[in-house]
Amino acid sequence: MNAIEFILAGMLAAATPFLLAALGEMVAERAGVLNLGVEGLMAFGAVLAFIIVYQGGGHLLGFVVAGLGSAVLSLLFAFVTLGFRANQVAAGLAIGILGQGLSALFGKTYESLTVRGLPKLALPGLSELPVIGGLFVQDIVVWISLAATLALWAIFAYSKIGLIVRAVGENPKAAHAIGYSVISVRVLAIAFGGAMAGFAGAYASVVYTPLWADGMIAGRGWIAIALVVFGTWLTGRIFLGACLFGAVSLMGLAAQATGLDVPSQLLSSLPYLVTIIVLGIISADRRLLKLNGVASLGEPFER
Amino acid sequence: MSAWSLAFVPTLVRRERASLAAALCAPVIALGGAITLNLGLYVLMGRDPVAVVYAMLFEPFLSWASFSEVLLKAGPLLLIAQGLAIGFRAKVFNIGAEGQFILGAIFASAIPVWFPQATGQWIWPAMLLLGAIGGALWASLTAFWRVRLNANEILVSLMLSLVAAQLLNYLLLGPWKDPNGFNFPQSVMFQYDAMVPTLIAGTRVNVSFLITLALSVAAWVFMQRSFIGYKLQVGGLAPRAAGYAGFKEGWAIWLSLLIGGFAAGLAGAAEVAGPLGQLQRSVASGYGYAAIIVAYLGGLHPIGIVVSALVMAVIYIGGDNAMVSANLPIAAVRVFQGSLLLAYLIAVAFVRYRLERRRAAHRSPS
Repeated sequence: MNAIEFILAGMLAAATPFLLAALGEMVAERAGVLNLGVEGLMAFGAVLAFIIVYQGGGHLLGFVVAGLGSAVLSLLFAFVTLGFRANQVAAGLAIGILGQGLSALFGKTYESLTVRGLPKLALPGLSELPVIGGLFVQDIVVWISLAATLALWAIFAYSKIGLIVRAVGENPKAAHAIGYSVISVRVLAIAFGGAMAGFAGAYASVVYTPLWADGMIAGRGWIAIALVVFGTWLTGRIFLGACLFGAVSLMGLAAQATGLDVPSQLLSSLPYLVTIIVLGIISADRRLLKLNGVASLGEPFER
Repeated sequence: MSAWSLAFVPTLVRRERASLAAALCAPVIALGGAITLNLGLYVLMGRDPVAVVYAMLFEPFLSWASFSEVLLKAGPLLLIAQGLAIGFRAKVFNIGAEGQFILGAIFASAIPVWFPQATGQWIWPAMLLLGAIGGALWASLTAFWRVRLNANEILVSLMLSLVAAQLLNYLLLGPWKDPNGFNFPQSVMFQYDAMVPTLIAGTRVNVSFLITLALSVAAWVFMQRSFIGYKLQVGGLAPRAAGYAGFKEGWAIWLSLLIGGFAAGLAGAAEVAGPLGQLQRSVASGYGYAAIIVAYLGGLHPIGIVVSALVMAVIYIGGDNAMVSANLPIAAVRVFQGSLLLAYLIAVAFVRYRLERRRAAHRSPS
């Protein structure tokens, strides 16, 4: 298998944690809430899923518990920012630190243990194609994530729910005036974002690299937040961005496998460096950000 | 017969003036709340709450040896938080102090690593200065990205922290590894003149603590008494007004980040030239993130930050004690920090709002 085949085969799986977390954050941000706690929410979901699977609860239960657990933790964020109108940046950081602390606390006795991942399912026919065949051999979660991406795209493009969420993010006062409860919509959007971050963490700890180690999320949650900016709050572009980061995080492995003489630390920092560079390129086009940006992002709502 | 519903909905009502009493009480209430919450957690984990309280909250004060460690720990937290708070007040959210701290440690270590034989009283001051410059340079990347490329400073500064950690790893596993260090990822031990002189005999508290206190006074003068500090605060509170008054936003971002990076870099330098005495992986032990909490808990005020840095240092040292005597995992300190900031954010709401119990708006038939 050459490097390109290797990257294509692994890209979607590597992209899945980024994709899930970024989609959740996109929904929260479209409702006008900036939740910077994604890294901690992912870590919390990751440890919960790992404990369930390690104790023999199975992957499905692991994902459910991770999603619920991280959603509950994100409701704490909602309580502080919506209930007490706290600064969203500070509250997000607090949730991030809390989530990472809780994950380390709960995961202490599971450090470096492993579980079994999920089997890969091949799409008959397509998976036998040369070079790109690997794209069609994926575990079930990848397929579900792709379906979720499509569903979210459709919801925001065609449904009333998507419209309400956007209205609440764009102009909460107007949304309130025509009878929508801004607070309820935002609470639900935050909880959805939390659950998605939990799933993303679960994927990282029980499917992608099925082991638990403190700090294993390694900045993926932060990159997911950056992805929402890269994707200019649009589902399709966020998906493409996640694929880019899936490929970038595999590039390190591919380079090592081919015996390239580059320090491994440089390869490990590649995703962070790419984030910095892409963030600069996309943000420099202020029009692009203004066009799709969320007008009331990060601002507390007062009647 | 109809009656008003008895349902009372607690509602936050904006105060006409911010309450100073609430501002002073908020950190105390938050601390009390966080302690109660975390003790509950320890009891759930099957730990003896009395032993934990004793180890965490009393032991750090019971001996001079222990309290001097609190001062030692408070130093970097205080210094970094003073720098960050200036930026936070100007609404520049530099959360990459961890990376700026690491770069400070690396820059400072360059002198003893490259010139291990050098002697002279100039070495440790030069290291501190070089470290501060290193931190400011690392922060200037974020400033450039924010001002020239319009990129979000939160994400860029955080990413740069992750890169800095990798850079540290690279140096300690590669070119800067101590050849006689049994393959440990650490540099050579620094020579005598590369160490900041001790301040209090028999403890590890050194002269950098005095520098930190002096810079805290400087931060107070800068923020509360100087025109530049005033301009920064106006820019943070009312960016549009500041724009009309001719205060440039880009200039405020540069200044905020450079001050923050300078302080964090200096703290990193003081750490390697002080208690560590060499460049180690453990130099990056989360000071940069904890200092964000210290800054908020101190109300972003230079005097408040002095107090909150001491509180946070007690939690660190107490957490270490509890790890030994009450078998508490060290991750408990991070949980405590996170819940403390959340509790503070709730408590501080009452500075600008008061809680009123309002009747539910609609009539209910009975």
